[in-house]
Parts: sequence; C-alpha cells; structure tokens
Amino acid sequence: MYFSTREGDVHAVDDVSFTLEAGKVLGIAGESGSGKSSIALTLLRLLPSNAKILGGTVTLDGQDLRNMPESQLRKEIRWKRISLVSQAAMNALNPVFKIGDQIKEAIRSHTEISDIVATSMVKRLLEEVGISQDRYSSYPHELSGGMKQRAIIAMSLALDPEIIIADEPTTALDVIVQAQILVLLRSLQRSKGLAMILITHDLSLVAEMCDKVAILYAGQIVEYGPASKIFHDPRHPYTMGLIKAFPNLESKKQRLISIPGAPPDLINPPSACRFVTRCSFATEKCSAEAPPMEQLDSEHESRCWYAKEIHI
Amino acid sequence: MLVCKGDTHLTETIIHQSEIESPGSSVIRIVGLQKQFLAKLGFWAAIRGKKVVIRALDGVSLDIKTGEIFGLAGESGCGKTTVGRAMLRLIEPTSGSIYFKGQDITHLSDKGTRALRAKMQMVFQDPYESINPRMSVYEVIAEGVRINKKILGVDSEESIRQLVIKALELVQLSPPEQFISRYPHELSGGQRQRVAIARALVLQPDFIVADEPVSMLDVSIRAEVLNVMTDLRDKLGLSFLFITHDLALAKHTTDKLAIMYLGKIVEQGESGEVIDMPFHPYTQALIAAIPVPDPDGRKVEVFVGGEVPSAVNIPSGCRFHPRCPFAKEICSTTEPELRRIEGHHQVSCHFYEEAYAKFKIRSKKTYLP
Repeated sequence: MYFSTREGDVHAVDDVSFTLEAGKVLGIAGESGSGKSSIALTLLRLLPSNAKILGGTVTLDGQDLRNMPESQLRKEIRWKRISLVSQAAMNALNPVFKIGDQIKEAIRSHTEISDIVATSMVKRLLEEVGISQDRYSSYPHELSGGMKQRAIIAMSLALDPEIIIADEPTTALDVIVQAQILVLLRSLQRSKGLAMILITHDLSLVAEMCDKVAILYAGQIVEYGPASKIFHDPRHPYTMGLIKAFPNLESKKQRLISIPGAPPDLINPPSACRFVTRCSFATEKCSAEAPPMEQLDSEHESRCWYAKEIHI
Repeated sequence: MLVCKGDTHLTETIIHQSEIESPGSSVIRIVGLQKQFLAKLGFWAAIRGKKVVIRALDGVSLDIKTGEIFGLAGESGCGKTTVGRAMLRLIEPTSGSIYFKGQDITHLSDKGTRALRAKMQMVFQDPYESINPRMSVYEVIAEGVRINKKILGVDSEESIRQLVIKALELVQLSPPEQFISRYPHELSGGQRQRVAIARALVLQPDFIVADEPVSMLDVSIRAEVLNVMTDLRDKLGLSFLFITHDLALAKHTTDKLAIMYLGKIVEQGESGEVIDMPFHPYTQALIAAIPVPDPDGRKVEVFVGGEVPSAVNIPSGCRFHPRCPFAKEICSTTEPELRRIEGHHQVSCHFYEEAYAKFKIRSKKTYLP
C-alpha cells in the first residue's frame, strides 16, 4: 500500500501478511511511521484518496474484502462484522449530540431496528462497558476521557461484530484509566469470543493482551509469532533491540539501551534489509539483498538472514 | 519483582513540612509551596465573571541534592509541571518558599531572576516545538550564550563557538563540527532533544528541569536521551528534576522519586524503595496498573475505581479517600501528614501499614513464581 505525495510515493506498507483466528488477539507493534495505522485502514478500506493498494488480498472467512463493492462493504462488513476503535475515536464523538443517541444512530443506520428497541439496546450496551444507564443523555464534554473511550467501545460492539480493530485504544489515557479499559476489553473479548487486532507502539500492552504478535518496522513485518516466543526468544535484531530499550517496572535498575540511528526513508526504501544501517549483526549480504520472511517453526517467522543463529 | 525484607520494624517520626531537610548539599529546595489559579469555568461563569479557585499545588515540599536526578511522577493534572515551573520562577507561587543553594529566591526581583536563569534551565517535552526550525543547531545553542554574555564571561565569537562545541560533545552529538551547521529538520527526534539539552547546558547550569523529555520519542531512541542525562549527573554532578508519568522509566533513570496526587506529594523516597515497596494506596494502584512487557508476567489490576477528581473540588481530609480501598472515617476528616517511615521514604497515609501488608500478599500471589 503506497501513499502518493508531492515528494513521491511513500511505501507505507509493503508485503504484510498475517492471519487472525477467531477469538484470538493479534498485536501489531511498531514505532511511529512503521505503518501500523495504515494496515488498520487498509483492512477496512478506509484509506484517504491519495492511497493506492497495489497488491495483496484481504479475506474474511473466504470473502474477498479488497474487491467487494463499497456499498456491500458498508452494509455487511463495517460495524456488523469488523469494527474499529481508533486512536482519535474519543474525539470523534459529536459534541452536540447525546452519547446515547450517537450510539443509537450507529445501530439504526445499519439495521431496521425500531427506535424503542435500539434505545434499550444502547442502555444495555452502556451498562456492559461500565457506564450507568442514566448517562444516556450526557453530552461528550460531560464525560471524562476514560468514559468517552468506554462509549466508543460500546458503539463498536453495538452490532455484535466478530472482529474489533483497536488502534492505540489507550494512548491518551492515564495509567489507571488505561488499566480499567484494558481489563474491560479483555473481559469483553473473552465473554463474547471476539477476535481482536491491537495496534500499539507499547510492547507492554502487547504482552498484556495478545496471543500472537507481529513486529512492524518501516512498513514490513520483521517478526511474527506467538507472544511468548517474541518476548522470550526474539529472532530479529530489531525485536531484540526494542525489548532491551523497553523499561520494565519489575526488573533491576539498569541502564537502558537504545537502537542507534533512525528508520529509513520510505519514499526510496533501500533494496537491502531495511534495518541494516541500525543492526549490530549486519554483514555484506544484508546490504546487498533484502531477506525474505524465514519460517523458524510452524508459528514463528523472522525477516533476517541470520534468524536461526542470533539469540538475545 | 517485588523485594520484601522480612519483618522490618517500621519506625516512624512525624515530621513537619519545614523540617524536610536531610544532609547533603541541596541545589533546590521548596517548602510548603502553594499555587492557586483563578479560572472561569463554563459559559455562564465566563459571562458573569464568576471565578473558581483551582488549587494546583497544595503545600509541596521537596529537596533536590547536588548530583541527583529527582523524579516527579503522577497522572495528568496532578501539578507536576507546575512544580517545575514554580522552581524556575516561571510562575509565581501563591505561598511557600523556594531556595536555590540556600538562598531564598521566592521574591527575587526580575533582574535577580534573570541572572539566575543561566543557573537553572529547562528542557521541554516536544523537541519538534521547542526548537526554532529556521535556526541552525549552532544558532539555537549560541543564542542563550549571547544573551548571558556577561554572566558567562564570554566576549568573542570564537569563545562562543568553543562553548557550543563543548556542549554538543557533552550530549554526545559527535563530531560536533558536523552538527553545528545542520537544521532541526535534518535531525531525528532523539538528536533534537539532545540539542535542547545542549542549549540548556551551554549556560553551565547547576539544575535542569526536564519536563517529560522523552514522552514524544519512540522507545528505541529514548535511551540515548536518558543516558545523556545520567552521564551528565555522573560527570558534572548536575541535578535534574525529571517530570514523568512513566514509573517504569522513572525506576531506571531517577535516584529519588516523589508521587503526586491532586497537588500534593503522597509518597517519596529512593526510587527503588518507592516502586518495590509502595506504601501509599495510590502508588500501589499506579504500580498495579502498569503492564509488564512479559506475556507470562503479572497482568494489570484495577485497585481503584473512578478517575482523578477536579482540582476545583478537592475532597476533604485525605484527598485520595473517595477512591481508596482502605479509607475509614478519619480519612474523610483529617488530612494525613507526610511521615518519614525509614530512611528517605515518606508517605502520607493513615493506614499505610495495612495497605502495604495487603499489597505484599497480593504481589506474592500475582508476581512471585
């Protein structure tokens, strides 16, 4: 997936493949500019007009989402089967409408449900996410940040989707409120058997919530596998660096280690390995040829020529 | 992992705020600092000119020693930035005193404050906003030197250049000759923030307030900024007030740590002590809420419900009591004092022993193998 800009095409997402199984949580972790949010938008075809999808497929239970007509996508897929809880969602609530009415609107514009039934559905949803029913008539400015995020979660659940894409769902929140939202998301995910894609820059959230993890760097997945393998036996130098740079509250006081350098320019991505300039294991081969995704075992993959040899 | 030290006898002495003073030469000390803002909240209040009082700081005392990184942590709106700004005399406190190296600077004249500015500097959160994009790195750093020529005793452009190069070396932007002609857009976020530190350093300060210096940066490059800070402490004996919302970061970079809630310090001490042996129920709730980067480690827990109340209506008694799982009658009527428990460790809670005992049991169950 490329973005056209005045300076040239930005190769925002390049050869990204993953599978989300029913009822599981997949984490997509990467730093700013790595293409995390672009992936979410590509899945739901919500990309801005300067974006082009050049190749690849998106299928939901065998159904092709990439070539589906827009009207069908809107009627059958968005909200009903896949909903998005995005970073900006908290501020996407319309300030002049009551939150209950906004959630009701989402229900009524996608279904034939009557006003009265929809109202009672909304009240039940609000209770489910921990907002009392009598908040139905509150306006967004009367709610705290955590409450607004709960309202957004209620809205995303309104039409009983199977998949929730949560793009940085707690980034703007303080840590105690973040924990409240995480606990809520986890219990909803388990009780409803939801599949979830959690997109975040925060490795600790991935460890907290996810079964499988994809580590994204400069528009590519560099490592993909079960969470415990990614954290305890990482096989890509970038993942290793990221884990060492991440402060852990429970480890002994230590000097943190940064990854030198900066990510490459995605207008002209190098034809070599994209991490080569920052990698301490790099050899001539790495700057000559881009490594493919290598299968380490049935579930664990790494985009590194030396994935089998390097250990943390 | 949580460290538990058998059955230590916790001896406590009640100390008054003016006595919070321990040995070691202090760079900056504030005593009983209060700051109130008047604000018009809401449409009708703005029209009628009705104002409310926001108690941003409500009696904050702390003491930062030479060569110490002092962490100040808390959730948004707790007053941490206000403390930093008041220390530098960027805002006037409503009451309380500020001492810089023993000298009372609370009511220093404008002229006196200007002379002091070189000695106390600030590094801001966002290096994309705090550095003028039209100035080269050299100009950014040299500007402060030119303004403070007399204080620094520099006269020639050559000596300014020497100072700029030395500052760049100290923040490990090498070779400095290559960096001085660059413009901010040619630098990464981490490099920009190091330029911001160099800009503060070139004035040879004794004390720097770093307000969330890495929260805008990607995790993989945060350490390059933080390690510059710890190296400056070790090499030059510089002191920092490190304002952060991230306790995990605070644990690895700060020497002492104070936790703020609604304009008051509720717990402070050596950073390791505060995080591994949190006495205050609020500190405990913060720690339990922080996710750990280990899929097989403990999971986050919600110790307290609700969110921080507004600083307009601060609860009576202990300001944390409406959310506190240990609150009893006394908590709603009597405000607990900051008490010294052992060493530097201080806490303001009537029932910290009970809270800590429960916390130990919970942590054993959830954290230890």
